[in-house]
Formats: sequence, C-alpha cells, structure tokens
Amino acid sequence: MVLKIIFNILFLLIISSTTLAAPDGKRLYSRNCAACHGNDGMGGVGVPLALPGFIESVSDRYLFRTIRHGRPGRVMPAFSDLSDAQVEAIVNVIRNWSGKPAPVFLQTKIKGDVKKGKDLFKQHCTACHGMTGEGGTGTGVTFSRPRKLPIIAPAINNPGFLSSASDEMIRQTLIKGRLGTPMNSYRGNGLKEDDINDLVTYVRSFERHHPVKKAAKITDYLSYESSENMEDTLIAVKRAIRGSNFKLIRIQKFEKGFVKEGQEDAKKVIVYFCNFNMLDRALKIDPRVGLFLPCRITLLEQNGKVQMTSINPSAMSKKFDNDELNKLCAQMTRMYKDILEEASL
Amino acid sequence: MRHIRLKLIVFLLTLPGFLNIALAQDVMMVRSSLRFPEAMAALQNSVIAHKYTLSRIQRVDIGLTRAGYKTDRYRIVFFGKQPELEKITDRHPQMAAFLPLKLVIFAEGDETIIVALNPLHYRQVVDDHDMNILYQRWANDIRSIMDDVSHAE
Repeated sequence: MVLKIIFNILFLLIISSTTLAAPDGKRLYSRNCAACHGNDGMGGVGVPLALPGFIESVSDRYLFRTIRHGRPGRVMPAFSDLSDAQVEAIVNVIRNWSGKPAPVFLQTKIKGDVKKGKDLFKQHCTACHGMTGEGGTGTGVTFSRPRKLPIIAPAINNPGFLSSASDEMIRQTLIKGRLGTPMNSYRGNGLKEDDINDLVTYVRSFERHHPVKKAAKITDYLSYESSENMEDTLIAVKRAIRGSNFKLIRIQKFEKGFVKEGQEDAKKVIVYFCNFNMLDRALKIDPRVGLFLPCRITLLEQNGKVQMTSINPSAMSKKFDNDELNKLCAQMTRMYKDILEEASL
Repeated sequence: MRHIRLKLIVFLLTLPGFLNIALAQDVMMVRSSLRFPEAMAALQNSVIAHKYTLSRIQRVDIGLTRAGYKTDRYRIVFFGKQPELEKITDRHPQMAAFLPLKLVIFAEGDETIIVALNPLHYRQVVDDHDMNILYQRWANDIRSIMDDVSHAE
C-alpha cells in the first residue's frame, strides 16, 4: 500500500515536471542559441535571427525544423535533445523580436522547368550561393567577416535547409528579397513569375543530389610508442615538428602550474607547437576550434616506455559538423601522424 | 508485481540523469554580455571558486598577431585538480591528450563567448564507472562556471 502511494506520487511528480511545466523559452534560448546568435538575436557565429529581413520572411515551421534538424555539414547543430515544446518555446522567443505575426506558407510543391531554373540559377544566384548552392564560407563575425555584412549566403543545397523551407517560402524570398542582406528581390530584378517557379524547382532538385554520408569510426586520440627514452624522444619530437612546417612553441612539464616549480613529474611532458597559417584558417572557418588547440603532443613515460599522445583533429572536427573544417582537420591529422610516426622511429 | 514496480520506480528516478548524459551536446557554449577583460576575470574567479587550480592561460591572439594575422582577443584557460590529473594520467595515459581541462574564451565585439568540450564526450576515450562519474562532475562544474560568467555583471 505504502509502495503504491510512493509510486503514484513519484509518477505525478515526474509527469508534472517533465511534461506539464511550460518550457522557459528565454532560458532555453540563452542556453542553446545565444552563444552563436547573440542575446538579442543580432548574430555572431550564427545568423542574425532578429534581422527584420530574415525573421519576417521565414515561418515558424521553418524555424522549428531548422532547430530540430540543423544544417548538416555547417555550423548549425541539430538540437535533437530538445522536446517539441522546448523548440516551440525557443521559436516564440525569436518570433517575439519582430512583433509581427509569423508568415505562413503553403506546403504545396511548385512545378517549374528545372532546366530553365538551372540556367537562371547560374545567371543570378551562383555569385553568392555557389555553383551548387553550397553557400558562403566561414562563420563567425569575429574573425571571418565584418559586421557590416550581417549574413553569409546560406547553403540552399543543404538537406537541413531543404527540409525546413517550403517551395512557397523560397518563392517568396525570391520575390521579396531579404531587406538588410545582399539578397535582392528578383521580381525587382526583372524575373517573371514563371522564372521564379523555375528557380524554386531547381533549388528543390538539390534534394536528389545529396548522398548520405556514412561516418567512419575514428578514435579521438592518436597514440604512438617511442623506442627511445624520454630525453631522446623529446629530441625526435622536436625534430619532427620542425620538419613538418610547425613552429615549436614551448616544452613544459604536464604538471606545470599545479605543483611547485621544480617538483613536477619529469616523466610527463607536453610539447606545444603551431602553424599560424593553419590556425588562422581554422579560426576563420569556425572561431570555436580553440577547443582542440593548441597543437600539442603529450609524452608519458611508464615502465620505461614513452607513449606519445595527441588529440585526433579529424575526430574533434566532427563535433562541429562542418565540411570545410573537416577537410582542414583531415590535413592536420595527416601532419600529426607524420610527426608521431617520424618521432617513433 | 512488487518487484516490477520497484524496478519501474528506479528506472523513472534515473531517467533524467540518463537523458542528460545520452543527449548532451558535445560543445558547451555561453555568451556573456561583459566585455572580454571583465568576462575573463569572472571566468578565472569562477574556476577558482569551483576549487580548481588555474594552471595557465594560452594567449592565442598574441601569437597570431605576432605572426602577422589579425584577430580579436582569444585565450584558452587551462585548469584542473592535481590529484585527479595525476591519477587519471597514470591509469589512463590516453586521457593525457585532453588534460588539463580547458575553456576557450574569445571576444565578439563588445561581448564574450566561452566554449568548452562537454566532458561527457570523453566516454569515447575511457568509459568506466569511476571516470563516468568524474565526467559528469566536470560537466556540471563547467556548466556552473559558464552560468557564473553569463550572470556576472
């Protein structure tokens, strides 16, 4: 009997706390979105959501699906851990900035001539959106672009975009443009109704050209055993770093800063190095890459053997789901492996 | 019947924690409306208040500027607890590549952004009971530090 009562109370408590309580949209926005989009939606690493030209031209459905699915291969992650109610609460916060009701778009398919659309796309859209709708490069305003350009051309071939935007929403964007961004009204630019339908049909056709990528399983770290003692391994690591076009920055004991100077364990050492050109490129792609900086190899001597360990940039890059960053990090991984292999010989 | 109910209660009680672990985002981020120097000071104070030792601050922006690249202020704050670090690197040498813990802090105009890798991610490096408890504590502490900075005035 007592157990039954406890069970019922617990059940009610859990249900009421997880299901019935209205999600706090402001808090959710602050925790999940503000870091990239700004506290007031004026953008940063992410799109300026509060820009009237943006918010007044997208539906709540578009915002909801964008939060839910993200933009695979771009900076915007998929927030699959949020409940529908939580996503809706965030959408409400964003919508309230405009003070205007959300536009609602028909979900019907627009039928145009895909071939004509392709020609028009080449003529009018590729300068900003790229040859295949891949969008502009780079992300954050901090490193990659000045604030006077509030938005980079979105990747309209992205499966996240295509699943979020209805044909009608794309059509309306082409007709009206987006005020305050480089996206002009194409009706104003002389395109007719049929031309715009052809363009929408061509953009929609990108859906068919998206092969599903199978992520290969890779380890988060690279580890090699040295055949030498700590002193000789250090010499070998330094030589390999310099030979790979990196600048050796510093060698320090792992425990530096944690114990008194001179008392650090000499069998735990970190070697820091850098290629400033690659660092600059990485920060321009995504300013958050500091998560796997600085470049370093950690040497640990245990039972007379020295183990050299580093992070695997390719594995870390996956956290950002950014194709551009993945390419750079794949190059970094090859360089790390070269250094570690050479030093282990 | 009684056993089934007991199991159900235990399951329901552990569900929120399980969901937190299973569905956590890999990258933790927060924006502070403070300018960089004030946000940096708040960050350091909070790290220390959470009983961690702040071992070093890597001035990425200084290195980049000296090398001729243009950048805003960008630092990496390293921190940890010595006994933990010693124990972990002795038992799980592969974890050394990810330690000490770090927080990335950079200016974005008049505001500041702080980023960290969610320590729960390290389950992919070492997945055992003791470490999982530690990862959860680190994640809670980092979230709390981030909250401190975002609420600091």
